[in-house]
Amino acid sequence: MSQEKKMKLSLPVEEYVGPGNLACQGCGANLALRYTLKALGPKTVLCIPACCWAVIDGPFPHSCLSVSIYHCAFETAASTATGVKAGLDMVGETEMNVVSWAGDGGTLDIGIQALSGAAERNDDIIYVCYDNEAYMNTGIQRSSGTPKGAWTTTTPVKFPKEQPKKDIDAIMAAHRIPYQATASIAYPEDLYRKMVKAKSIKGTRFFHIFAPCPTGWKSRPEDAVKLARMAVQNGLFPVYEIEHGEKFTLNIKLQNKKPVDDYLKLQGRFRHLKPADIQALQAEVDREWERVLKKARGC
Amino acid sequence: MKKVIMGNHALSFGAMLGRTQVIAAYPITPQTQVVELLSEMCADGSLKAKFIKVESEHSAMAACIGASVAGARTFTATSAQGLALMHEMIHWASGGRHPVVLGNINRAMAPGWSIWADQNDSLSERDTGWMQFYCSSNQEVLDTTLQAFKVSEALYIPSMVILDAFALSHTYEVVDVPDQDKVDEFLPPFKPYARIDPATPRAFNGLTGPENYMELRYKLQKDMERVPDLVESTGREYEKMFGRYLGAVDPYRCEDAETILVTSGTAGYTAHVAVEEMRKEGRPVGNLRIRMFRPFPFALVRDILAPAKKIAVVDRNISYGHHGMFAQEVKSAIYGRNGGAPVFGFIAGLGGRDITPVSFREMVEYTAAHDRPEEDILWIGVKR
Amino acid sequence: MPKKKEAAKIVFESEKDVPIMPMSLGSMLFNKTGSWRNIRPEIRTADCIQCGICWKFCPDMSIEVENEFPVVDYDFCKGCGICAEECPTKCIDMVEERK
Repeated sequence: MSQEKKMKLSLPVEEYVGPGNLACQGCGANLALRYTLKALGPKTVLCIPACCWAVIDGPFPHSCLSVSIYHCAFETAASTATGVKAGLDMVGETEMNVVSWAGDGGTLDIGIQALSGAAERNDDIIYVCYDNEAYMNTGIQRSSGTPKGAWTTTTPVKFPKEQPKKDIDAIMAAHRIPYQATASIAYPEDLYRKMVKAKSIKGTRFFHIFAPCPTGWKSRPEDAVKLARMAVQNGLFPVYEIEHGEKFTLNIKLQNKKPVDDYLKLQGRFRHLKPADIQALQAEVDREWERVLKKARGC
Repeated sequence: MKKVIMGNHALSFGAMLGRTQVIAAYPITPQTQVVELLSEMCADGSLKAKFIKVESEHSAMAACIGASVAGARTFTATSAQGLALMHEMIHWASGGRHPVVLGNINRAMAPGWSIWADQNDSLSERDTGWMQFYCSSNQEVLDTTLQAFKVSEALYIPSMVILDAFALSHTYEVVDVPDQDKVDEFLPPFKPYARIDPATPRAFNGLTGPENYMELRYKLQKDMERVPDLVESTGREYEKMFGRYLGAVDPYRCEDAETILVTSGTAGYTAHVAVEEMRKEGRPVGNLRIRMFRPFPFALVRDILAPAKKIAVVDRNISYGHHGMFAQEVKSAIYGRNGGAPVFGFIAGLGGRDITPVSFREMVEYTAAHDRPEEDILWIGVKR
Repeated sequence: MPKKKEAAKIVFESEKDVPIMPMSLGSMLFNKTGSWRNIRPEIRTADCIQCGICWKFCPDMSIEVENEFPVVDYDFCKGCGICAEECPTKCIDMVEERK
């Protein structure tokens, strides 16, 4: 190793998330915010409702972040951000990114009214949903973002979740907001690029970031990034952008779509699935992926 | 400048002259005119503010709180169901020390659906750490709104300016609308305790363990205890500048009264009329109209009620399974004091049923005829 | 950058020291999450190709770049093992933590 060779960093080195925080080992949500803030920079305020990040940041009077945060009530990630943006504009702080940073529960369930309201008004905020597919902060209860068949404390093996994962991206597209994107912590450069792009767009921007949770998924901490990659590579979590609810751009194309089996095998929350269940799940993923390809072709 | 305006518009003018910077509101009868006029004021530039047309009252208060921590002066208005929907965020505003000013039109809680005057909505928020002012005239609504901004921002405690549905909200009265220049002298720009500032990033409202929560709430209560003096000095300052004084309470002929009515809202002025009539007949009655309900004006209430041999509290509300809420609070204020004068707890006017001078006469005659109340709750006007 | 600053856990002696709004007054750097580890990553620098992947995927910002090579910050590394898992040359070993 020659001393002249430089370390190759694909992202800016500046950190806005500090260590010493309370995230579990291998937390996908930590990576999601780390990459987001690298893109948005220090002139950012996060409105964080009840979710893992309400706790990860650390207790009063401490914080692990070097940007402002307003911890807000569960339903209010979007409504708080709307108010913050209006207030900042009125006091002349017009150059700040106002971001809602919420989990899947706080976005798809309890927070969806406020989110829809903000999107309908096209409020100038960036709403980010980091999706670990359950109410993890309260101890792994099912949300409408929990995939069909996944174990959670409220969908035990004998009382599984019958419903599929709520398609929040389709809901947001129906609002015709100027920009939305899905992203995965396994593809930080893609997330970074899209967040930088979103930064300069006015109006409501929505991000849906796939953020594995080893604790809730009963998977090994070291597999967190691998699982996020597999979900993209098997078509389960497509990575794309949509502008104004219509212009669809598939960011990560799949040369060989992998079967879901290996992904499911690594997670205890899917351990109870029978071959028939896995087949049904595979068929569903295939169907959804075809839909995505159609949209990518502009149909 | 004198204008003939409805109570709702007095709130709008208060918010406008107060140079509110962000308004987030959702329509509900009978508040709608408040926000409609504010909308027009924002549209024609007479008020430079952002008006966020939120999709629910819960979002309205959340947005006001967000705007407040960003450093802006904020205002909203609501009523009954809307106030109840905001309840979680009402707690949040006070716990977060955000000096939001809210206009509440006192309206009955459903079911059944009622749009008429009743105090249960605002009184259900009495424990939340907000100041509460019950107004009896449109002039008072406007003056109270301006003073509320000042007191709230001095102590970082939010406040409610409260007026009866229809009886005040939709009644037109002459109001002296002050000049903007004079109001600017009275009410300087909002100075936040702390705000979202990229130069000094902070996390607000982090997880607070038992080792810290109690001190935060102790401090809120201690600041609440500073309110009565500040309301008084602010009221005197306002009087010097605008010629009108509003104290925490409004006593009328209590010094030599044997029976003192305790009232609030529009019933407070009706009681005034009734007292005048009964005094002409030689009855030694007086009226203590309570304007500031939170913080409760203990000292003033004890002093003014001191001469009374009997106290007749009139509640346009009820705490089910207990008594009327003004009666509860008056009793607790004079417990062990005031020579044990009995408190007659009258409940009248729920759901907008009229409280008239005849109602007061009925109450005073009952009080005269009994040494002590026969029951803890004396219902007025219920068809039995 | 929070990293190099000193940090201490803030304990209020009196209510007079408590701000009226619950707001942060310090960082989390006092909380040495390195104590959470059962296993620790050890980077064999000789085999490191300086690709930056371990630095990129560390969820706890506990891999820093020093002299163009990744260095683990053992004060904070929680021992999750992502760096070892993602390393393309497998030059990071997760070894039993020694106490």
